[in-house]
Parts: sequence; structure tokens; C-alpha cells
Amino acid sequence: MAKAKHQRLVLLLLAVAAVLGAVLLAMSAMKDQAAYFYAPADVVRKGLPLDRAVRVGGMVRQGSLQRLPDGTTIRFIVGDETDATIPVTFTGIVPDLFREGSGVVAEGRFRPDGQFVATEILAKHDENYMPPKLGPDGEHRTETLK
Amino acid sequence: MIAEAGLAALWIAAALSLLQMVAGVAALRLGGASLASLVRPVAVAQGGMAAVSFLCLILLFLRTDLSVLLVAENSHSAKPWLYKFAGAWGNHEGSMLLWVTILALAGGTVALLERRLRGDTLIATLAAQAVIALGFYAFLLLASNPFARLYPAPVDGNGLNPLLQDPGLAFHPPTLYLGYVGISVAFSFAVGAMVTRDVGPAFARAMRPWVLAAWVMLTLGITAGSYWAYYELGWGGWWFWDPVENASLMPWLAATALLHSVTVLATRDGLRAWTLMLAVVAFSMSMIGTFLVRSGILTSVHSFAVDPERGTFILALLGLYIGGALALFAGRVATVREGATFDPVSREGALVFNNLLLSAILGIVFVGTLYPLAVEAVTGEKLSVGPPYFNAATGPLALILVLVMGAGPLMRWRRGEVRAVAGRMAVPLLLSGAALIAFIVTKPGIGWMPLLGLALAIGMGAASLAPLWGRNLRRTPLFTWGMALSHFGVAVALAGMASDSAFTRERLVAVREGEAVTVGPFSAVLESVEPVAGPNWTALQGRISARRGNGQTFLLTPEARTFTSPPTETSEAAIATRLDGQLYTVLGKRNPDGRWQLRLWWKPFVTLIWLGGALIAFGGALSLAGRLRREGKAARREALV
Repeated sequence: MAKAKHQRLVLLLLAVAAVLGAVLLAMSAMKDQAAYFYAPADVVRKGLPLDRAVRVGGMVRQGSLQRLPDGTTIRFIVGDETDATIPVTFTGIVPDLFREGSGVVAEGRFRPDGQFVATEILAKHDENYMPPKLGPDGEHRTETLK
Repeated sequence: MIAEAGLAALWIAAALSLLQMVAGVAALRLGGASLASLVRPVAVAQGGMAAVSFLCLILLFLRTDLSVLLVAENSHSAKPWLYKFAGAWGNHEGSMLLWVTILALAGGTVALLERRLRGDTLIATLAAQAVIALGFYAFLLLASNPFARLYPAPVDGNGLNPLLQDPGLAFHPPTLYLGYVGISVAFSFAVGAMVTRDVGPAFARAMRPWVLAAWVMLTLGITAGSYWAYYELGWGGWWFWDPVENASLMPWLAATALLHSVTVLATRDGLRAWTLMLAVVAFSMSMIGTFLVRSGILTSVHSFAVDPERGTFILALLGLYIGGALALFAGRVATVREGATFDPVSREGALVFNNLLLSAILGIVFVGTLYPLAVEAVTGEKLSVGPPYFNAATGPLALILVLVMGAGPLMRWRRGEVRAVAGRMAVPLLLSGAALIAFIVTKPGIGWMPLLGLALAIGMGAASLAPLWGRNLRRTPLFTWGMALSHFGVAVALAGMASDSAFTRERLVAVREGEAVTVGPFSAVLESVEPVAGPNWTALQGRISARRGNGQTFLLTPEARTFTSPPTETSEAAIATRLDGQLYTVLGKRNPDGRWQLRLWWKPFVTLIWLGGALIAFGGALSLAGRLRREGKAARREALV
């Protein structure tokens, strides 16, 4: 009986240790790996985050989309309701709903010169999707029908 | 009329679930035999009424009855019939109705078929099931009525999101929901056993088929969802660590742990409290999954509409159920007697280790999924946690888990001998070591995780079949077959994942018609791009002729589709499947200079991922059949005595 109690305690401690260990591991990995979201105004306010991958989001400026001669690289400028902008370079096939004047979220890294090199343009599943902060009334929403 | 009939059936089902709960609780408190005898038929009737309600909704969608708001918003008369049918649950209200229908049918099935459980435990189980159902009926009737009318009726409907217009829609949501709901049944069993203090092997044997069935369905649902995302989204990936994917993975991890611990409880009467706890955790995870996906807190193809009221409602249900279950667990765990003990090196020991690893992985996925939401709620700062975090944190644990999976079944119950286990593991470990060296020598430059994954997959694939070694295969019980096949499936899937990340070749090019491009062992020529039309879409279709080395030429036709209702563009990848992998092609945009963007992947053995998933589920199904057969025999034997 005493042995049984003992075993239950050991198992309990092991379980707690495993889950705590997992959460600690998770938290420390998170510090290095979480990608923060930057709107152009945030870059002005907080400076360039050079040490980590981030996401930038905003509107693709009208007339800013350029194609490079290799045929697969594009450049465009992301703006928001302020005057701040972020120049973005991306090599790849853009999602179907990517176009000038519409919202975009890109993941990648900043170069020291302020250029954002996107590794991924996030596909939006919904034609009415707005990046956070840029909804018509400032709210994050995906309501499709009104 | 059909809409009103459906709504009426839903109200009746809700009333029946209320009756089921009240009668169940009263029978347990007051001990009336007549009250107790009421619970079973009511549970069956409740299942029937919910099914009637759901059938009404399907009828409305098949007939495209546009005077119903839900149909008008989500369907269209020009849609193929399969998508009219499956479109019934391709929206918020319909999918919640499917959820509660499956829940009610599962409750009815328990009431109808369960014979082995103690009477009062069964009553308590059905009462718990009624409480869960009642919350969802309230949610449907008060906040998401699927049968609301629209007046005047529009000329035609809005149509279904084209990404959902795929045969996958007919399969993926129902299987996942069956899994979620199966877990809720297991949870109800746990609540029932806690209420009547009936935690033991008999309870575990009654609960096990439900855990197995739920786990098989979750496995199928996740596998199907992964393949669907892989071919539909055109990004060439099979798992994105998207929160909605994690929402299905977390219940699966918990159910996998539960499946293994319930076996210890059923066979050896050990891990009693732990098994109860896992049942609570697994149910909490499936509730959190439902909350994440259905509350609209995440923006994705799965969140059909945002409505703060609904999110709050589901959150309240979530808090109520999880809080109640944890409180019950905390209050009753001290009365659960200690189960049998065992040595650290034993089958039980390996299963405990398996459970700890699964729980740790679950914790990591949980933190990664919910941390961004918590941070945003508290500080307003937005951040995203992606594959780098999840791969780095879960990968090593998953590899250790696979190693334990190979060794565990080779140990004996209660007391294993280190030397015997080492002897049995020698061949698999040698295989892994040989594979490791072979890959390092022949394919330098592979990352250490895919490398270890490949080596372990080969060794542990062999080890997982070892329990069948030297047995008379015809007399081997079905559940032993099931276990071996499931474990083998894990090794197969791991091989596919590792091979995909180690050997995939990718090309992104802009080419003119007639130009050639090579990817891996293939050469491909974009012959032409032509317009084509489907029932509710038009498309540009690229015609790519590809060949491997000097082999036969074959044609691939990726499309860029434009749907008419709702107007949306999607890209349809073209995939050629070979025995040793898939050639995956996507047609991109046309550049102003006339060149077409083309993306090609050669993915060696990527198909093993889903083949492995199917094997895991098949093994589970075999195991379930074996258990049910044995239980049935035992029941008949008892009836004779």
C-alpha cells in the first residue's frame, strides 16, 4: 500500500515535470521564434527589428507594384493610414487575392537598409479579409455577408 | 415547411436532452427505478430528433430553398449537387448542427448498445452527455438558428467559398466531428464513473471502444484535412501549424495518450486517476478546438463568420464544461483508489513515458497556439507563432516518442527485463544505425531532424512489426494486429515527412510557352495555356508535358480558376503521383512580358505521410473490431451462465 502511494506520487511529479518542462521549452523557443506584427507606422515608432523574422501588414500602394526581369520577383510598397511605408521584395507566386490597393500580410525579415524581404505572402482565404487594424471601422472582422 | 419542421425537431431534441438530464440526475439522487428506466429511451429519441432536424437542413440545401437565410447565404442553384449536400455543413450554423446531431446520435447509441457498464454509471454517463448536448442546443437555438427565414427570398444564393468546393468537404468535417464527439462520449463515461465512484477495468473496457473510434475518426479527419490543404491551397506543404490545424491536433494528441492509458486501466487496473484526467483534458481540447475554429477568433477558411455574441457563447460553454469537469475531478480524485503498481521497465512504464511525451508535445502545441491570442488580448501586440517554433520544439520529442513506440510493445506487462528488451530491440536499432550512416554518406547536407527521422522510421518500422514476429498470424488477436499496423503507420508517416523535408526539390520560374524547365529527375515543358470552363467557374489551364529522364511523357494541367459565385480566384495544382513521390505543379500569374510563372516541386515519398495516416487509422479500426468481438463473446458467455 505504501508502495502504491509512493508510485502515484512519483507519476504525478513526473507528469508535472514533463508538462512544466514542455511549457518552459515552449516559452524559450517562443522568444526566438515568434514573429511580431508590424504596420508601417510601428516601424517608424519602434525602429527596424533586424534580429528576427516579423510580419508586416498594410495596404499595397496603388502603382507601386514592379516586376523584376527574372519574372518571379516583385517589389511593392506597403502603406497604412499614416504616411509611413515599407518597401517589400518577394520571390514567388503571390496569392490569388494579392493586388494593388488591397490588404496584404507578409512574413520575412528586414534588411538594414529598410527593405523587407518577404519569404511568404500570406494567402487570404477570404476576399473580404482585411489585415488587422485596417478594417473599415478599425475592427478585425471577416463577416462576408451583410 | 421543411425549415419549420427542422426547427421544431431541434426544439424537441433540446427538450428531450433537458428531460434526459433531469431524469438522470433525479434517478441518481432519489433512486427511482421508473426515472432511471426513462433515461435510455429519451436518449435514443433525442438522437432521432436531432437527426431529423439535420436531414431537414440537408433537404433545404439540396432543393436550394432560398427563402432560408442560411441557404441563400451559402449556396447557389448552379452548384454541383455534391456541394449542395456537403455545403449544408460548409457554414457556421450547419456545422454546429452537424456537431450536435453526431453528439445526440452517439448518446443514443450508448443508450441502445451499452450493456457492460454498471446501471447507475450508465445513467450518470447519459446525464453528462445530455448536459453537453443541452449547451449546444442552446447555442444553436439562441445564437445560430440554421432555419431562420429570409424575406423576400433572393433570386439566387451567394454560393459557397470555392476553396470548400471539393469532395474533401463531404469527408473532412464529418470525420473530425465524429472524432470530437467520440471524445465527448469518453468524457461522459469518465464523468459518469467519477460520479458513481466506479473507476476500474470494467469502466475502462466500456470506454475504450469510444476512445478508439473517436481516435480513428480524428486520425482520418486530420489525414484527409492535411491532404486537402496540400492539393487545394497550392503551397506544396502538408502541414502549416495553422491554429485551426492545431485545434484538431491537440485533441488527437490527448486522445492518443488516453487510448494508451485506458489500455493500462483495462488490462492492469493501473493509472486510474491519470486516465480520468486525460479524458477531461481530451474533451477540453476538443472544446477548445471547437471554440478556436467556430468563434471566429481566427481568420481562416474555417471561420465562416465573426460574431462576438457567438464567440462569447462558446467561450462561456467552454469555461462551464471544462471548469465543471476539472472541479469534479479535483473533488473525486482522492476517492479513486490506487491502481496496481508496476516496474519502471515494463509495458506500463513505456506507456507512462508515452503519455508524458504526448502531454509535453500537447503542452508545446497548446502554448504556441494560444500564446499569440493571449498576448494580443493582454497587450494588444500582434505576433504569430509559426513552423520554426513548432518544428524546433516538438520535433525532438516526437522522435523520442517514436523510439519508445518501437520498444514499448516488446516489453512485458508489470515487470520487463532490461536484457530481454535490449535483445529484441537490437535488430531495429542496428537497422536505424545502418540507415543513419548510409544517409550521411550518400546524401550529405540533410538536416539532423529529417536524418534522424528517416533512420528511426526504418528501424522502428521494423520494431513495430516485431510483436507479430514468430506468432501464428491467423491466431494473433485482431487488436495485436491493429497495434502493430498503427505503429507501423506512424513509422511510414514519419518516413514520408522526413523524406519530404530532406529531399524535396523546388523550382520557381517564369517561362514562355514551349520553354522547358527541370526539377529533380523530371524535365517539364509548358506547352500552352488555354481557357477552359467548368460548371460554375472558368479557368486558364496550363498544359505541361513532363518526363523523367528518357521515360514516357505525361501531361499535367494546373489551372488558375475564377469562380462566378462568389467571385473568387483559386489555383488548382496538378499533381502526378509516382510510386516514389509526387510531381506537384502550380500555374501562377502571367507577366506583362508574356511569360508564365510556374512553380514545380518534386517530392520524393511524400505520399507516405497520408498512407501512414491511413494505416494508423486502419490499425485503430482493426483494434476496435477485435475489442468489440471479444467483448461480444464475453457478453454472450455471461448470458449463458
